[in-house]
Amino acid sequence: MPETKVVDARNTFCPGPLMELISFMKRAEVGDQMELLSTDDGSASDVPQWIAKVGHELVTKEKIDDVWHITVKKVK
Amino acid sequence: MASMVASVAAASGDEVTVFFSMNALQYFTKDNAELAAPEEGEFGRLIGTEGVPAFRKLFEQAADLGDARLLACSMALDLLKITPEDLTLEFGPATGLTAFLSDAEDGRLLSF
Repeated sequence: MPETKVVDARNTFCPGPLMELISFMKRAEVGDQMELLSTDDGSASDVPQWIAKVGHELVTKEKIDDVWHITVKKVK
Repeated sequence: MASMVASVAAASGDEVTVFFSMNALQYFTKDNAELAAPEEGEFGRLIGTEGVPAFRKLFEQAADLGDARLLACSMALDLLKITPEDLTLEFGPATGLTAFLSDAEDGRLLSF
């Protein structure tokens, strides 16, 4: 099972959640997953853009009770 | 805004060089490590009170996560009577405007 780390970036604004994700990606091993929690709607669109640009995998993205749960897998 | 662009671009794989001059440099001296950025209008106030990452942290992340180069303007250093060693973040060598512009001429230049 890949490791899934939860990173709680709730109540921070762009680019806070994205930078949390990027610092995780820098340290993670290929195959690791992280679930980013964010209350920032801007980040919900910006984070997938970054993932696509850099070439990682967006696993899931859903909003539950005003919190975005974005799961990302490091693929390279 | 400069710190946001620098950190996101650098962490996305772009080659980033930040040239600090004029009033910007004083916020990075060891004596002013806690000096707050001036609040510019409503947005400056909001950024100070809401959970927006601090500009020093973002420049640090730009350098750590994305290998951004932070360069201090030699003229500004001279006027402040300091050297890059007196600055808090990992700054590169003192750099003149001519050197920076020729280094950046093939890239996108954003001015803040």
